[in-house]
Amino acid sequence: MSHDHEEHVREHDKPLSGPALRVKALESLLVEKGLVDPKALDAIIDLYETKVGPHNGARVVARAWTDPGFKRRLLTDAAAAIDEVGFGGQEGEDMVVLENTPKVHNMVVCTLCSCYPWPVLGLPPVWYKSAPYRARAVIDPRGVLKELGLLLSEDVEVRVWDSTAELRYLVLPERPAGTDGWTEERLAALVTRDAMVGVAKVLPPKAAAG
Amino acid sequence: MNGVHDMGGMHGMGPMEIEKDEPVFHSRWEARMYALQRAAGFHGRWNSDMSRFSRERMPPADYLAATYYERWLFGLQTLLVEQNLVTAQELATGRAATKADESAVLRASDVAALMRGRSSARLAAEVPPRFKPGDSVIARTINPAGHTRLPRYVRGRRGTVHIDHGVFTFPDTNAMSRDPKPQHCYSVRFGARELWGPQVAARDSVYLDLFEDYLDAA
Repeated sequence: MSHDHEEHVREHDKPLSGPALRVKALESLLVEKGLVDPKALDAIIDLYETKVGPHNGARVVARAWTDPGFKRRLLTDAAAAIDEVGFGGQEGEDMVVLENTPKVHNMVVCTLCSCYPWPVLGLPPVWYKSAPYRARAVIDPRGVLKELGLLLSEDVEVRVWDSTAELRYLVLPERPAGTDGWTEERLAALVTRDAMVGVAKVLPPKAAAG
Repeated sequence: MNGVHDMGGMHGMGPMEIEKDEPVFHSRWEARMYALQRAAGFHGRWNSDMSRFSRERMPPADYLAATYYERWLFGLQTLLVEQNLVTAQELATGRAATKADESAVLRASDVAALMRGRSSARLAAEVPPRFKPGDSVIARTINPAGHTRLPRYVRGRRGTVHIDHGVFTFPDTNAMSRDPKPQHCYSVRFGARELWGPQVAARDSVYLDLFEDYLDAA
């Protein structure tokens, strides 16, 4: 038996670690008490792993780039406009869309917890929920952006939106050059989660491909 | 409460790291934990402000050392016991002493409708606004020991009302006594220098959504 194989076997036999064990015990208890149906848990997980995610928000952005009437509605009554595309629900009931321009850069944070627009972006990534982002986004947004590879010139105004209440924010990034005549579907493929939180720009097609 | 969860403006938290192709959940227990919170919440024993407050009460050293879903585990265990869905004894032993009424349990077939449903904190109550866009305001210097959504970094600072979002549930009372205390919530703009001093860019700003009870006229 090779060393690698032994390691592999041990990995599988390893008992569950702290939180995994405690969550499993809690689930067993709640199921035994009749408070929770494990099949409902499977359905919730499936929803956020396979259906709801930033691809939803990307479609909203791409439509705003190609349909001026939709963009107007999106910037004035965001939740209603997003509903037109087929998205909405928990943690997206009251939405605000912020338009990035060559002169104004918006970025979104939740310094107190992890508020995030689930229907259009899915569940937040670790960096958004992490102490460095929550601590620094409001006091040093330019430093945070620079660390993430986005260097803004001094004449760009930075607006940071701290999601302290029940409003949920989505950034409408600038449409990149070199995409004239593109379809909504093709544009949506360029739009990233990070651009819709406001910590990145949507890259032009050549850079995105590279 | 003046807890470590109120992180805005703190130093020493380290560099930004964005994981490439990050999965929605990093392990099965995180996924189960997320789903347990949603399914247990379906019983209607607590509101989202109570959920947030349950996580904020994690002891500060533990909170900082914990991963995100470990905080959720702490919060859910706290709520289950406080709201009498589970006893402390049951939690300690992992064995159910009594059975709950199963008629109100979330089923898989209800999940899509639940998550697509609208449970807005916006209220229909007719409450006249004290402020309007363009008004100068000062965020109150208050230090509630309970739940609040007024971060420390903005208390005592002067800002300008940007938008009146309308009437919403007030988290501070909703978390502590389920009193929605309907009131206007405003987007308030604070100049970066008002918050952080002369070193930061003069043209930059931070917008917070602040409830009327957090604000005085300036």
